[in-house]
Amino acid sequence: MKRVYPNKDVCIGCHICELACITAHSQSKDLILAYTQERGQTGLSSCKHVHEEGPVCVALSCRHCDEPSCVAACISGALQKDPETGRTVYNREKCVGCWSCLMACPYGAISRHPLEQKIVKCDLCYDRQGGPACVAACPNKALKQEER
Amino acid sequence: MTYVIIGNGVASIGAIEGIRRYDAKGKIVVLAQEDTPAYGRPLISYFLAGKIGPERLPLRGDDYYVKNGVELKLGTTATAVDTAKKTVTTDKGDSIKYDRLLICTGGVPFVPPITGVKGPDIYSFTTLAHAKTLIELSSKIKRAVVIGGGLIGLKAAESLHDRGVSVTIVELAPRILSGGFDEKAGKLAGNRLKKVGIDVNCGVTAKEIQRGKDEHVKGVLLTDGRFLECDVVVVAIGVVPNSALAKEAGIKVERGIFVDEKLATSAKDVYAAGDVAQAIDMLSGEHRVVPIWPNAYNQGFASGRNMAGAKQPYQGGLPMNSISFYGLPTISVGTVNPPEGDKNFEIHAQLDEEKETYRKLVFRDGRLVGYVLVGDIDKGGMYTAFIKFAMPLAGEDKDKLINAGPEVFLWPPELFNETWNPEPAADAR
Repeated sequence: MKRVYPNKDVCIGCHICELACITAHSQSKDLILAYTQERGQTGLSSCKHVHEEGPVCVALSCRHCDEPSCVAACISGALQKDPETGRTVYNREKCVGCWSCLMACPYGAISRHPLEQKIVKCDLCYDRQGGPACVAACPNKALKQEER
Repeated sequence: MTYVIIGNGVASIGAIEGIRRYDAKGKIVVLAQEDTPAYGRPLISYFLAGKIGPERLPLRGDDYYVKNGVELKLGTTATAVDTAKKTVTTDKGDSIKYDRLLICTGGVPFVPPITGVKGPDIYSFTTLAHAKTLIELSSKIKRAVVIGGGLIGLKAAESLHDRGVSVTIVELAPRILSGGFDEKAGKLAGNRLKKVGIDVNCGVTAKEIQRGKDEHVKGVLLTDGRFLECDVVVVAIGVVPNSALAKEAGIKVERGIFVDEKLATSAKDVYAAGDVAQAIDMLSGEHRVVPIWPNAYNQGFASGRNMAGAKQPYQGGLPMNSISFYGLPTISVGTVNPPEGDKNFEIHAQLDEEKETYRKLVFRDGRLVGYVLVGDIDKGGMYTAFIKFAMPLAGEDKDKLINAGPEVFLWPPELFNETWNPEPAADAR
């Protein structure tokens, strides 16, 4: 399957991927509304997180592992592996907010939703034309989606 | 190829998914003792508390068994295994032939020999049936006593309290959650429960359950002489492997069913996984029964793929629990209570009682081997990485982890690259 691979050697830490992520997952699909309103009102937050240390930075999110620890740990069946697409899919309705996935994922790819007992996790923008918004928005091709 | 799976908990689900990763066609038969497709067993506390309805209990979708080519035999108990003839006999009188057999029969509640423990009004709160009965009862009963201050006991107490039942917890140990948590974490959780009005008593337990002439429970006499009037008693001391079937079949059983790195038992083509299995532990390298959810799924998955011929070893279990008490989240992973005075371990703990936060890191031989987080749990998985990948942490790096928390730049560069940005495969370039 095609996954998103971050390259720390060319990442410039601009956080544009995070903005693209919240826009893609917003109601309005508008960056300014997503940032100024939906973040506060609905707790909209990015699945992607830029990690920085001095001059080095890298944008990380769910790796959609072949054998995900989060699926093993999920007590509600909200996290499952889709055998057809290979994605690690999250069903928000089923989630009870027990944080087992957050504990089990060694990649730190799962966050708590700021307002609800739910998690925030990358869905690879499965329903977005043109694929993941973060990859499309990256100005320095530090994010690539490809088969490896 | 016919796979027979005895048991229908999360290990069984893991096994189905492990088998299907490598064998799309083989026949899978699942024997389920309970009358329902696999459900999230820990969800019964959410169900009893009224936080979720019954429609949210199933672990997988309605079409799951059909889609995966699984014949699910509900309400069916395996009564015998013949490892020579390779058959399983059921209580329905069937004899089912297997090529590969998985025993994932889970645990059974341990019931201590207290006077009066046998009879009506006693619940273990480990099955959906118990949760359903307690929901029906909750409007009629006033008081409950929970024996055992472990995870199941505390969640049962919280859920009953949410249903308006007045609850008292008694725990023999000097603190609650003595298994996966330390004293300080246990105290923070205990305080949260006390604050909402759940009575928590440590260092004391039930001496006798007293019953009236009608057989119904009247109350519990404690070891300190007190008498607690109550209508129901939840016994939540722990679970023990449900290994009788394997033992009778002549399969090697120690504390649980003994399995090798492929999850294979001493009998040919028979595997075991989950709470019934005594499998290898990642940190100690010993064979242990660690009855926790993620281990059960992982063992199920690993046994499934090995039954299907993949020959990939199980990576070993890691104790981990994530659980919230009235909104106070807690996580505990790995070795969190090293033997007192053992100089091989180094502990760094920070407690803020005001903010209800606690963090404890346990190191051994320059590696993180365990941690506890209360309140602020957001970096949980990032700590787990250091344990799971046994990353060396020395000098400045260790100080950074202790002072600033886990960060991906502390990973060894090779592991970082391999994980996040591996070289593209030759044909993909």
